[in-house]
Amino acid sequence: MLRKLANYLILVTLAASLSYFIAGLSLHPQANYEGRNPPLAKSTISKTLDDVNMNPDTPIVSRFATWANGVVHGDLGKSIDGSPVNDEVGRRIGVSTRLLLLATLIGSVGGVALGTIGAIKQYKFFDRFTTLASFFILAMPVFVLGLFLKLLTMKFLGAGTIHFTGETDAEFAGRWDFAALGNRAEHMLLPGLTLILLQVALYSRYQRSTMLDVLGSDFLRTARAKGLKRRAALVKHGLRTAILPVVPLLVFNIVLLFIGATFTEKTFGWHGMGELLINSITRNDVNTTSAVALFTAGLVLIAGLLSDLLYAALDPRVRVR
Amino acid sequence: MTGAAVPSQPADSTPRSKEGLRPVTDTRLDKSQPVLEVTDLEVSFPSEAGEVRAVRGVSYAVRPGEVLGIVGESGSGKSVSSMAVLGLLPDSAEVSGSVKLAGRELLGLSDNELSKIRGKDIGMVFQDPLSALTPVYSVGAQIVEALQIHQEMTKEQARTRAIELLDVVGIPDPRRRVDNFPHEFSGGMRQRAMIAMAIANDPKVIIADEPTTALDVTIQAQVLEVLKKAQDVTGAAIVMITHDLGVIAGFADRVQVMYAGKPVESGSVDEVYYHPRMPYTIGLLGSIPRLDNTERRALTPIEGTPPSMVELPKGCPFAARCPIAIDRCREVEPVLSVKEGNTHPTACHRSHELAGALDPATIYPVPEIPAAVELTSVPREQREKVLELDNLTKHFPLTQGAVIKRKVGVVKAVDGITLDIREGETLGLVGESGCGKTTTLLEILDLPSGQAGTVTVFGKDVRGLGRADRKALRRDMQIVFQDPMAALDARMPIGDILAEPLKTHNWDKDRIAARVPELLEMVGLNPDHADRYPQEFSGGQRQRISIARALALEPKLVILDEPVSALDVSIQAGVLNLLDELKVKLGLSYLFVAHDLSVVRHIADRIAVMYLGRIVELGDSASIFDAPSHPYTQALLSAVPLPDPRRERERTRILLTGDLPSPANVPSGCRFRNRCPKFLTLSEGEQQRCHDEDPANSRLAADHVAACHFATALEVI
Amino acid sequence: MSANQPAPSNTSAAGGEAVAALATATAGAPQPPAAVRKRTSRGKLTARRFARNKLALVGLGILALLFLAAYVGPSFTKYDYKFHDYMAFNAPPGGDHWWGTNQGGQDLFALTMRGLQKSLVIGLLVGGISTLVAGFVGAFAGYYGRWVDKGLTWFVDLLLVLPSFLIIAVLSPIFRNASWLIFVVLLAAFSWMITARVVRSMTLTLKDREFVKAAKYMGVPGPVIIFRHILPNMASLLIIDTVIQVGAAVIGESGLSFFGFGVQAPDVSLGTIIADNTTNAPTFQWLFYFPATCLVLIGVAVAFIGDGLRDAFDPNSSGAKSKGRRRKALAERNEAHRKATVAGGSRDVLGTS
Repeated sequence: MLRKLANYLILVTLAASLSYFIAGLSLHPQANYEGRNPPLAKSTISKTLDDVNMNPDTPIVSRFATWANGVVHGDLGKSIDGSPVNDEVGRRIGVSTRLLLLATLIGSVGGVALGTIGAIKQYKFFDRFTTLASFFILAMPVFVLGLFLKLLTMKFLGAGTIHFTGETDAEFAGRWDFAALGNRAEHMLLPGLTLILLQVALYSRYQRSTMLDVLGSDFLRTARAKGLKRRAALVKHGLRTAILPVVPLLVFNIVLLFIGATFTEKTFGWHGMGELLINSITRNDVNTTSAVALFTAGLVLIAGLLSDLLYAALDPRVRVR
Repeated sequence: MTGAAVPSQPADSTPRSKEGLRPVTDTRLDKSQPVLEVTDLEVSFPSEAGEVRAVRGVSYAVRPGEVLGIVGESGSGKSVSSMAVLGLLPDSAEVSGSVKLAGRELLGLSDNELSKIRGKDIGMVFQDPLSALTPVYSVGAQIVEALQIHQEMTKEQARTRAIELLDVVGIPDPRRRVDNFPHEFSGGMRQRAMIAMAIANDPKVIIADEPTTALDVTIQAQVLEVLKKAQDVTGAAIVMITHDLGVIAGFADRVQVMYAGKPVESGSVDEVYYHPRMPYTIGLLGSIPRLDNTERRALTPIEGTPPSMVELPKGCPFAARCPIAIDRCREVEPVLSVKEGNTHPTACHRSHELAGALDPATIYPVPEIPAAVELTSVPREQREKVLELDNLTKHFPLTQGAVIKRKVGVVKAVDGITLDIREGETLGLVGESGCGKTTTLLEILDLPSGQAGTVTVFGKDVRGLGRADRKALRRDMQIVFQDPMAALDARMPIGDILAEPLKTHNWDKDRIAARVPELLEMVGLNPDHADRYPQEFSGGQRQRISIARALALEPKLVILDEPVSALDVSIQAGVLNLLDELKVKLGLSYLFVAHDLSVVRHIADRIAVMYLGRIVELGDSASIFDAPSHPYTQALLSAVPLPDPRRERERTRILLTGDLPSPANVPSGCRFRNRCPKFLTLSEGEQQRCHDEDPANSRLAADHVAACHFATALEVI
Repeated sequence: MSANQPAPSNTSAAGGEAVAALATATAGAPQPPAAVRKRTSRGKLTARRFARNKLALVGLGILALLFLAAYVGPSFTKYDYKFHDYMAFNAPPGGDHWWGTNQGGQDLFALTMRGLQKSLVIGLLVGGISTLVAGFVGAFAGYYGRWVDKGLTWFVDLLLVLPSFLIIAVLSPIFRNASWLIFVVLLAAFSWMITARVVRSMTLTLKDREFVKAAKYMGVPGPVIIFRHILPNMASLLIIDTVIQVGAAVIGESGLSFFGFGVQAPDVSLGTIIADNTTNAPTFQWLFYFPATCLVLIGVAVAFIGDGLRDAFDPNSSGAKSKGRRRKALAERNEAHRKATVAGGSRDVLGTS
């Protein structure tokens, strides 16, 4: 366990650092100041960039050292316009987290349920329908799915019936009272659904195949030979075992999900980390980009730990005695 | 089970029916009603190739306390019929006929109704205990579940009962073990737990489907004993399904032989074993190598392979392989009935002749094995050593720890092995799983350069060899693997498979082209089939291809790793004969690794018995089998069941306690002492010696050593 | 009738075994006598099984049509995708502009076909390259074990936790002024890892198979074993994977292009077309539906084909059956080797745990 944790930490740290180097070498923060009318003096640009630790004339290693030192002390540096990245991230982190958490929870549970039923009722209508549906959903890039849902609701419910732009209507911004929660739920509907559909499709395909593997297993036959009814045996012995290989999926899926969230946020005008990523790259904002990379690294770390804990809880074979 | 000798089977304690298997209640001999009655059971499955008629009319009846053995090779439909009884076949299976449990018809019952019967009135023991238990629940929880499904019990009551049951089936320390998970149990213990689960609700019938096939012989003996005990406790009838004629001989009262989905002969074990009247049964009995067979003669294989269950030919399904088939056999399928002059039913048109004019012992032609040439007449000492192991040792470090691994122990997989093989002889290396056989083989084949001990092949110490020399060595030393399916690359035609070793050792094209058909002919295959793929051949044929590949480079030593254990007995005989023949013809030496002592007895000149990384007894075949002197060898030999019901009943079986210890935790002194039946009979001083002193080999005869302080010969077969 | 021939199958289990495997796990196998078997080449047989799968054929049909449309279609319309028709802005479908025009008056059909070309080519290239890389890395890591394996596995893990989307996006300025082929290389560089893990774990299994050991003890060198025995024995996996990767690459490409990090103007891909028209889509819905449908069709077609291929390659699959008994046949189809047809991370776990 500890070994795995260490391994994750190393991987994630390395991934975040690499991201910084790539961003630092590839983005051109100076582009924001060059070509202005009237042109800014080179020294002014240099000074501004120095302020935010993005001057390409400073060797990348020393820029990294400054940045990493800040990160270790909880300071993500300054964004290209000089404001602290911490503030921006602080505003946005909750938005993305809520979206991701909801999609992961409902998506994985729903996907596992659908996949299980699909496997049990293999080639019946339900299975064929969910299989086909998941094929279609997985064939759609998230932004197409999101736009599609948006157009669909506008067409059938009329524009403005469901408010989906942003996390809340303006009047409810930042509020968490009862009325605001309702409004939040309404806003969550479409972006949530987009990500949930994606997750359900993914998990259901996977769960279906592991469940099918288990369906022919000897231990399921033993359970039935003991006198368990089909359904009870399937749930108690089948599902319980078939879910094991799905658990580690959480880790790699979280990165995929975050990319998905980037599209949803952009499509539905949510101001989350995904949107921040796109904006920061177009603005050549090295520090903010790196902050987002750090955020995904953190997600991987947490998902990795969670899935390992969950796995250990479910499978006695890996439990440390 | 104390390790003391226990009589294996009370003679004739149960009533036997002379009536055969017509499910008519036999009122003359037995008043009790059959508890399970199967009539005209048929099962078919749809498949891509067409309808598979897996079971084509099975009828039998078992009475309380009776054991019915169903014997058949793979694909004979024996397991499918038992699954059909329990209603556990997939929905796509079409089942017809009748299955009555204590008079109640089971076919056609709903899953809910059947659930009330399964596990309560019918207990089931499956073949592979590793996959048959759910890995994520503790053994206890799974027994508790079986109890609570059918009985009103609190959790505590059920748990107490589960512990009792584990105790009944001989799990040591059941109070602690009840909370263990299946992966923490050994194979034998898992099978015991399965039996505990099967008898949890006092069933009327126990169906055991190959319950010991996956186990070693000594463990098999233990499990059969437990099964017998379980029957005594519950008074249940047992339907025992197996491919092993030996297991049935001592265990069953009656036996039914199945072929191509149908019973072809049935009767009491004595009738079937001593007076077989169906050529298939006769062939089967003649094709098994026997432990109690002292003369070395060729086995009588049954030619051909079982028919496809999709396109069964007209007439008797065995006709194509039968040595006495007549025209009628190819036209009309015989029914199972008592033929004139017979005492028990058979499905054969010529059974009546087999009782009279035809001698069952001679219907199969005995193949000629060329007599050993001059080599064996040269005394052993004067022949060249082809392989020599001197104190070969292979230890693996056992590590533990999170970030930094630290060594916590040593797995002594191979712990000092010394043996040699000389030109033209076969050494049989026997031992149970986990004893280090495989590691030994790998150590020889990998041509390693580390660790203690030496491996000398054809007089060359493999340690100092360079690349080219190693490659040359590989030419002279070849291997045949166990699984003929896995040993051939399914993506290559067999011609290419046979050419691969030749290409690797730089033979030119013309020579290869000439060699391939020659090889195919040598192993009895049609050379025109060189462009076919392995999957177009049967298991036996594939094993012949493996052998041909091993012989392609004209090696001197062939290492045979369980070469026949994946084959059905009727096929196995042909392969063993081939090996015998080739050895004599080509002057080969074999290192024959096997767990089946009967096979080893048939083929080996010398035997090495391995236990926990060591060879405990080594000598010529006669000494080992006739005068086994190490207590382990004795137990091992006594555990092998003989396909001879009378002798089985009379035999005294030496049962070992417990499982093979882990090679990471080898006992001090003699490594066998904690399971040794002899140890228990020794005085305290003698026991102390076993405890402290690792026994050296004591020489018992010119070519017979045993590593025991108190080695004395004992006849056990 | 062809369907009733016992068929040699493509793994170690023979046709007869496959039949019995359906019966029950323990029933074993009736072995059809080799002599009576009619020989059919494996390729033909796979093709026949594939042909019996309706969805797969539909998928193949769709893909063929898309290709045809992408490359032949533009020659039937008089508009070039770069041409701005100042007489028709946001014109609805119909008339000269079959699929209407966008805000700039560009013909949507010409645009979409051009985008389709790009998307398909990028998909195919990325699918091919990434599977190739995955095959090499996975097989070598699995076969050689020890530090080769440790190193490669660790590298794969690192690439997996790296936010590939972010990296490609960040690197986009590099290929902004260069060839789109660099974009292809980048996409491929981040999409081979999961396959590599599957290949590695399959190699580990194959390495223990006796035919590989036999070759090794014959003295056949390691790389030869990999190319002669190991990779051919997972040909089915690699083929299926290539197909799936094509789908994944198309989706990935469109996503990056959607944000402007992929294919760069003046060139177009389906992703850029949809992105350019996002704001107008609610009002002029054809701007969304035509390119989006093409995009989804690629994905669906590829998924159907992949699914059909898996069934055709899987010897135990009896799904590819003659009509008549289809229902039953389907009911018992053995899907043991079926892995979820998911573009993304769904198949990896088999390799990891």
